[in-house]
Amino acid sequence: MDYSQFLAMKQEIGLLVVFLLVFLYDTFMPKKAQSNLPGVTCLFFALFTAACFCPCLLTNAESFSGMYESSAVIVTIKNILNVGVLIVLIQSMKWANSEMQIMRRGEFYELLLVTLFGMYLMISARHFLLFVIGLEAASLPLAAMVAFDKKHYESHEAAVKYIMTAVFSSAIFMMGLSFVYGLTGTLYFDGIANAIVGEDQLNVLLIVALAFVISGVGFKLSLVPFHLWTADVYQGAPTSVTSYLSVISKGATAFAFLVIMVQVFGTLYSQVWEWMLYGLIILTITIGNLFALRQSNMKRFLAFSSISQAGYIMLGVIALNTTGMASLLYYILVYIFSNLAAFGVVSAIENKTGKLSMEDYNGLYKTNPRLSFAMMLAMFSLAGIPPFAGFFSKFFIFTGAIQQGSIAIYVLVLIALINTIPSLYYYLRVVKAMFINDSETPIESFRSATSERLGLWISVGGIILLGIVSCVYNYLLDLTAPSDMFAGLL
Amino acid sequence: MDQITPLLILALPLCMFLFLGLAGNKMSHKMAGILGTLGMGVTLILAYSTAFTYFFSGNPDFIDAAGNRLQSVIFDFTWLEFTENLVIKLGFLLDPISAMMLVVITTISFMVHLYSLGYMHGEKGFQRYYAFLSLFSFSMLGLVVATNIFQMYIFWELVGASSYLLIGFYYTKPSAVSASKKAFIVTRFADLGFLIGILILSFFTETFNFIDMTSAPENVLASTGGATFMGASVLTWALVLIFMGGMGKSAMMPLHIWLPDAMEGPTPVSALIHAATMVVAGVYLVARMFPVYLMEEAALTIVTVVGALTALYAAIVACTQVDIKRVLAFSTISQIAFMMVALGVARPEIHEGVGYMASMFHLFTHAMFKALLFLGAGALIHAVHSNDYTAMGGLRKYMPITHITFLIGCLAIAGIPPFAGFFSKDEILVAAFENNMLWGLWMTAVAGLTAFYMFRLYYRIFWWNTPDYEKHGHVPHDAPWTMTLPLIILATVSIVAGFIPFGELVTWNREAYHIHLNWTVATTSVLVAVVAILIATVMYRKENAISDKIANSVKGLWTAAYNRFYFDELYIFITHKIIFNLVSRPIAWFDRHIIDGTMDMFATMAHKASGAIKGLQSGSIQTYVLVYLLGALLLGVVTVVCVML
Repeated sequence: MDYSQFLAMKQEIGLLVVFLLVFLYDTFMPKKAQSNLPGVTCLFFALFTAACFCPCLLTNAESFSGMYESSAVIVTIKNILNVGVLIVLIQSMKWANSEMQIMRRGEFYELLLVTLFGMYLMISARHFLLFVIGLEAASLPLAAMVAFDKKHYESHEAAVKYIMTAVFSSAIFMMGLSFVYGLTGTLYFDGIANAIVGEDQLNVLLIVALAFVISGVGFKLSLVPFHLWTADVYQGAPTSVTSYLSVISKGATAFAFLVIMVQVFGTLYSQVWEWMLYGLIILTITIGNLFALRQSNMKRFLAFSSISQAGYIMLGVIALNTTGMASLLYYILVYIFSNLAAFGVVSAIENKTGKLSMEDYNGLYKTNPRLSFAMMLAMFSLAGIPPFAGFFSKFFIFTGAIQQGSIAIYVLVLIALINTIPSLYYYLRVVKAMFINDSETPIESFRSATSERLGLWISVGGIILLGIVSCVYNYLLDLTAPSDMFAGLL
Repeated sequence: MDQITPLLILALPLCMFLFLGLAGNKMSHKMAGILGTLGMGVTLILAYSTAFTYFFSGNPDFIDAAGNRLQSVIFDFTWLEFTENLVIKLGFLLDPISAMMLVVITTISFMVHLYSLGYMHGEKGFQRYYAFLSLFSFSMLGLVVATNIFQMYIFWELVGASSYLLIGFYYTKPSAVSASKKAFIVTRFADLGFLIGILILSFFTETFNFIDMTSAPENVLASTGGATFMGASVLTWALVLIFMGGMGKSAMMPLHIWLPDAMEGPTPVSALIHAATMVVAGVYLVARMFPVYLMEEAALTIVTVVGALTALYAAIVACTQVDIKRVLAFSTISQIAFMMVALGVARPEIHEGVGYMASMFHLFTHAMFKALLFLGAGALIHAVHSNDYTAMGGLRKYMPITHITFLIGCLAIAGIPPFAGFFSKDEILVAAFENNMLWGLWMTAVAGLTAFYMFRLYYRIFWWNTPDYEKHGHVPHDAPWTMTLPLIILATVSIVAGFIPFGELVTWNREAYHIHLNWTVATTSVLVAVVAILIATVMYRKENAISDKIANSVKGLWTAAYNRFYFDELYIFITHKIIFNLVSRPIAWFDRHIIDGTMDMFATMAHKASGAIKGLQSGSIQTYVLVYLLGALLLGVVTVVCVML
């Protein structure tokens, strides 16, 4: 075997090194040095993240007979995820240092890094075997992370719900894969794509298989109707895990989903899965919004908001062009900053006071103006109010979809646009609670931990800067433009 | 030329604004003030060095072998790129007028920063004040160096916003709040025209870039393809609409109504924004687009007529006002109108476009002496605690420095040689006479009025009758050095600025032009000014009844002028009676019943739907899995059925 093939996996290797360093530090360092573990992890990961931005990585590579692929776009999406993970790590420092977690926080970091590794594999896989390994590596440890608040009953319930749905969705997903394998005799992405062209395209089994594959991935993206676990799990899990689940896991899966749908099933687009996705997007955005309207728990509210956001992300897939892909990357980046800003505020308040209900946020502006501002910016960005980043990410993703050109997509974009109105309502509800509503017992004024503030500064900075600086999107657009993934599919 | 200095000129005030705005409350007043002033001082040095390099270095980027100055884009980076043509850039354009404006803005701004250390001493919100000053300086600098009309528009709005913030600085005072609102609404209304003008122009030319437009204005004309709208060419429409933006900012009639009220802001702000810099943005805009304006005689005629009417109107009103800041405000309006007229009458064939040069020259000198007058007025108000000259009189004995500097300012604005105003105003009159006898005589008359009302003000403040200051327990005296130093500096500049060989530096086609005095015009205008000053001396030097008698003999005119010819009342009538009743009420009804009704219906529907499906989220894992399975199957089956059919 040619071991130099591993060199194509530079980011994976780097991540593995970080993982091992953290693991060794956690296991072998004396008790005294243990208290630095969160800081050390953040440092390692920050170095790794910075190193990954080296332009020398932006090359095309393929290894293990085409099972693994790397390219400039793939490196970039991994970098985007890294930035998000770094913010999550920084934000979770306070939580990891709390008395309840201090014994087990090493495992928290290790599990988190392993899931990230799984996501890397999902993104780079060009063979379903590798993809499934990645998928499972990214799913199963998450259940343990969800259950991390050992003394909280809800945390356990959430973990059980998560693992059961995850296992169930894996089963369906793999059943779909086995159909595909049975029809085509291969699990290579390009192999399947070639075989589908040769076959009678409208095979009933193939369509059902496709539905199963979509549902399997749809579980991770929480597309309606595969989303029901989301709210309970988001609410029950520790907030740091929830934020990880809602942005990183979702972002990675969205990109992997795009790759699968285009590279494997691209030829079936106009006849089959455009319409499947079409229905799912409408359902996801609308139902996510309808549920978000009446939530009173902040984490549950953000869960439904993230469901609805996933629907918008899927517009980048249905666009089936490079603009769509670039805007999907951009959307994920912006979404990372916006959602992590929101979760950062929620977790800062939760860590301090344990309060999570929207009513508790009444009058927050008077006591904690900075947190309120951060939350307001996050809400504005999520709702897509200019000039913040969220407006542009929505704008570009709509642009990408519209470039697809069919009337049906125009209608879809219109529906998505109409759906931004109720979303504006519920995002502003939070802002109203903080700035307008009065409370007799507001959350008292406090100074959040340095790590929490740092995380919030980064997120808020991202929200504002991405709104002003246009070169990021242009860069992504240039990056995706040479891709020939979409050639001849429409 | 390096790009760092120009970048710093913009970045420093912006950083100062952010820093003082965010961290200002944590530091003492003194610290914030000194920091702001220092920041502006450094900007001043950088701007001076940039302007010096531009004018005198002989760098081939800035001047060609024949001695013509060049327009040089120092940097121009793409900010937003929508399509290939629709690109919005932010850049730094260095040419004679922008280099001159850099000097004007940083000089006045620095003086005002320094002056405010004394004037605003102990005010609540001192740090906020300095933060806003920095924001304004940043915006104004960004405006003058704009490489394209869209950048100019962005900064145009930014100066509007900072002006709004500063007029309303004393936000606990209702009059200040309503004045800031008025300024904002009126200028915004004008900017609507500006924006439409930009859209029309760029629609035809497919560019925002100034250099593209002004270097080949005939292409701009050609690009419209001779299209007309309501009898005027499309280009005229575009230019007049753009000029409308300039009318709003530069307080030209009938959009001048905000400027007198803007005097509610702190006096140094009036000096900086409402006398020297922001209000001349309209003049600057027309100057920037001047080659394009030359393409349409009609547009330039409108500029001239609006300018001439405003000049006379404001001068007449200024003769009747009691509040010294309002006198200065109307005088500002009148002087800006001079600059507008100069641009309007400028033609390349008349003395190589002397009007353009004169307009810019007057902009420069006026900025200096008007800032001086305003800062002087600030010192007076500081000493007497009243804005009205009725509370003053005989102050020459109490405030010698203020007296001398104010007198220099008055002589400069009246156009007495060798003070700065004489030279620039003289060139304007020459340009006006050469264009048309009517405009020449008209503007000479206004110049005479200027001399009269300024000296009326001067005598009422420093001579007339000395009230018993001691009775009020407060003897006026000269201000601390932070306030008198800027006065002295500006007074010095007002004396010598006229000798700057302006024609060598700033002309419409950037070729050197040698100024020569036209003796007939110069003598006439000086004579008129001297006569006007003599009349003012007779009427106001000592307390007497002449002025009241005259006022009574033309009572109607006097009252009308005192009430600014009822422009405000006219606006209130139009807005309250006509627009509110005929337009707003029906729209409000439509909004409340149709639009809100529809939205309410949607909201109710959304809430009902959300209630109807809430059972789905039962919390039971069995249901979840079942729904999941049914969903996956349904997705497959429905698609199969659809595809098979």
